[in-house]
Amino acid sequence: MSFRGAVVTFPGSNCDRDMAVALEAVSGVPAIRVWHGDAELPANLDFIALPGGFSYGDYLRSGAMAARSTVMQSVIEAARRGVPVLGVCNGFQVLTEAGLLPGALMRNASQHFICRNVKLKVENSQSLFTAGYSAGQILNIPVAHHDGNYFADDATLDRLEGEGRVAFRYAETVNGSARDIAGVLNEAGNVLGMMPHPERAIEEALGSSDGRALFESAIRSLVEA
Amino acid sequence: MSQITPEIVAEHGLSKDEYAIILDRLGREPNLVELGIFSVMWSEHCSYKSSRLHLKKLPTQAPWVICGPGENAGVIDIGEGPDGKGQAAIFKMESHNHPSYIEPYQGAATGVGGILRDVFTMGARPVANLNALRFGRPDHPKMKHLVSGVVAGIGGYGNCVGVPTVGGETNFHKAYDGNILVNAMTVGVADTDKIFYSAATGVGNPIVYVGSKTGRDGIHGATMASADFGENSEEKRPTVQVGDPFTEKLLIEACLELMATDAIVAIQDMGAAGLTSSSVEMASKGGAGIRLNMNKVPCREEGMTPYEMMLSESQERMLMVLKPGKEPMAEAIFRKWELDFAVIGEVTDTGHMVLEFNGEVVCDIPLGPLADDAPEYDRPSLSREDYQAWAKPGEVGEVPASADLGADLLKLMGSADLASRAWIWQQYDSQVGGDTLQLSGGDAAVVRVHGTHKALAMSTDCTPRYCYADPYEGGKQAIAEAYRNISAVGGTPLAVTNCLNFANPERPEIMAQFTGCLAGMGDACRALDFPIVSGNVSLYNESKATGGGSAILPTPAIGGVGLLDDYSKMATIAFKKEGDAIWLIGGETGHLGQSLWLRELHGREAGAPPPVDLAAERKHGEEVRALIKAQAVTAVHDISDGGLLVTLAEMALAGGIGAQLDMELDVAKAFGEDQGRYVVTAPAGVEIPAAQRIGTVGGSSVAGASLQALREANESFFKDWMEG
Repeated sequence: MSFRGAVVTFPGSNCDRDMAVALEAVSGVPAIRVWHGDAELPANLDFIALPGGFSYGDYLRSGAMAARSTVMQSVIEAARRGVPVLGVCNGFQVLTEAGLLPGALMRNASQHFICRNVKLKVENSQSLFTAGYSAGQILNIPVAHHDGNYFADDATLDRLEGEGRVAFRYAETVNGSARDIAGVLNEAGNVLGMMPHPERAIEEALGSSDGRALFESAIRSLVEA
Repeated sequence: MSQITPEIVAEHGLSKDEYAIILDRLGREPNLVELGIFSVMWSEHCSYKSSRLHLKKLPTQAPWVICGPGENAGVIDIGEGPDGKGQAAIFKMESHNHPSYIEPYQGAATGVGGILRDVFTMGARPVANLNALRFGRPDHPKMKHLVSGVVAGIGGYGNCVGVPTVGGETNFHKAYDGNILVNAMTVGVADTDKIFYSAATGVGNPIVYVGSKTGRDGIHGATMASADFGENSEEKRPTVQVGDPFTEKLLIEACLELMATDAIVAIQDMGAAGLTSSSVEMASKGGAGIRLNMNKVPCREEGMTPYEMMLSESQERMLMVLKPGKEPMAEAIFRKWELDFAVIGEVTDTGHMVLEFNGEVVCDIPLGPLADDAPEYDRPSLSREDYQAWAKPGEVGEVPASADLGADLLKLMGSADLASRAWIWQQYDSQVGGDTLQLSGGDAAVVRVHGTHKALAMSTDCTPRYCYADPYEGGKQAIAEAYRNISAVGGTPLAVTNCLNFANPERPEIMAQFTGCLAGMGDACRALDFPIVSGNVSLYNESKATGGGSAILPTPAIGGVGLLDDYSKMATIAFKKEGDAIWLIGGETGHLGQSLWLRELHGREAGAPPPVDLAAERKHGEEVRALIKAQAVTAVHDISDGGLLVTLAEMALAGGIGAQLDMELDVAKAFGEDQGRYVVTAPAGVEIPAAQRIGTVGGSSVAGASLQALREANESFFKDWMEG
């Protein structure tokens, strides 16, 4: 059975094509494109990606309106059934707004948009997304965001840390995130939200291929399952 | 309708003579709507009345040029795409200077939005944005606000629409204190069989309005951009448009989706002068007439008059002529993207533009006079000799020897014009699209053509202080530097767009700058097979706001585009390996006139700019491209502002390895800005023909300045200025 990965496009998504290219590059199968207004997701999906961009122009709050779009109800149900869901950048913001992940993403501490490659430390190498990395490994992955400053109350942060749900941490000063958190998992481990863009780091010609292993391990875990 | 008084005519920026032509062509007095339409169509911004005569002399042809100036953007052939179909690069650069000075965030943002529309209007998906920016003195009280606003505006718009901002240039000079320049360039890629033009044809074909609703913003923006600033430029703030990049993103996707069908006859964005210029240009290009029902125009607020609708510069709007019967299919696409769609009129054969409102004709103008009979002026200009006497660039004369070249180098690397621009470009999403191979921090920016082995190399260039000291040589140099930057990454230079920023053309010395720069550009384009395929003119860039009638430096910004057949062979500036030999291509004569060294170290802008030998420029460019293609060189960088040592320092900082020089250096050799030169590195033992061996990659310093000190000097300018 071949891999069925989907990329959701909201009005204003702009990394949807890049995500589809990355999924196809790694899986060998073209990604299924899903429109935000679709009432239902295609059947039997193995993987759902919420891409980066500025859904609904970031109006109201980044991710807030997309989190309430028609298709998100189905994404939430799929996530509860255990389908792997990856939210990158604006996708991460949508996941927190949809209540699939705790915390919120505030304006960067510098108040500026930040686009550059950053050092990213793998904290949890046991999840289905991060099994291709070793714990403590330092990756070179780009960020490109205005609202990437992760916030949650101390109790939530302690719980995330205690349960191994901090997937990635910045290994340098980037955006003011609480405890330098760059990516978090849900309780079941099948939903990952992260601000850095692994889909922009899948070949050396673009400056790094460190993001490739994330897609590889997610897809391998599905094939082996 | 109100009586047209001489005061109303003057408020519309029309001269007495121009108004007399209108009376003659109409055979009657115009009403206010008609007067408004004439005023924007005949503004400098839309009619190019002072520049048209001279622009005609520029070379615009080459076998690979598909469409030169006259359409929304220029189009060149870039070979086959992934599916074997022909592909084209479509590009243009445009100014948004006046609005950006008045309201930097929105001025710059809508500049980006406007140039994007010029490119996707023609069927291209935009793949890269670049910006050529000129600001005043960093210590000018307004400048920090202007720089942060412009940079945030460019980022705010470009990041949201998902087009990577990959390059550009930023200069500082007191001549821009009261009149900054914001020139935005977009490059897009289309299939050659899916290029769309703007000529409206087919009597009875529906005219369709799509995008955002029309509001009262930006009324008379084009007229504003055609006058110099008075003392109260803030009063003009309401004429600046407000951008909505989210709508633009939807508009790009909806237009490209519709363009994949066969429904469109013609399409044009509503830019400066909005609905007026788009409808007039489409109809007159097609030799047709046009009838619009103003009650059908989607409006943002109630009670808008036809005058306001026709002159509004609300953003993110397009006008299309569709094939009959295609309206429902097209409407479904635009509704899906949650955009307005309205059939507002039809193509006619009357040769007139007729506007109806509430059942009455509110405008009936023959299109001929509007577009073709627009005034054209041959404005008086100083001779080259008289210009030199006026500009007084002076002589370089004796220059003091430098006690410490390394210390001079540190000072240059930390100067406003050479300092690292990371503070700026990190605020731009440079990577969206997943095809960015190189930013323009080195030479040209390089973006892969999606799904192919090809890549586009792009660079914006101009050295305004050279243009001031000698407009002809400065014009040549701007073209030559774009050619050089594209060659330095391994790209074949194909064509250029330009944005000609000058002061008041009614002054003969300014016209001398304009005609001189154009003559130099024309000669360089011809010698380098590098035609001009699109462009924009921005005049009246001077300001009384800062005291004195301060004209900007003549700034013909060039946007060059080239092609790499195989991006895996792309060259970069970074030193790669200790022990690689360093070679200089192009020799040195040590030309210090108008050099940054003279300005930054001795406070003098003096002398003639370095002359450009176009034959040598071409020869050296071809040599460098051949070396890159043969993979004989490991790093390449052209020599420009700051001269040889600055070039070496930039290569060293990019690679994290120093340079050990074998040549005897003096100030002229170290910092002279002779043209047509490159530094390349090659593995030890590889001979680079017709080049001079000058040293070896290695160590941790350049000419006595440590890499650490160089990096600190280079990175501290923006940090200290913006965050200090």
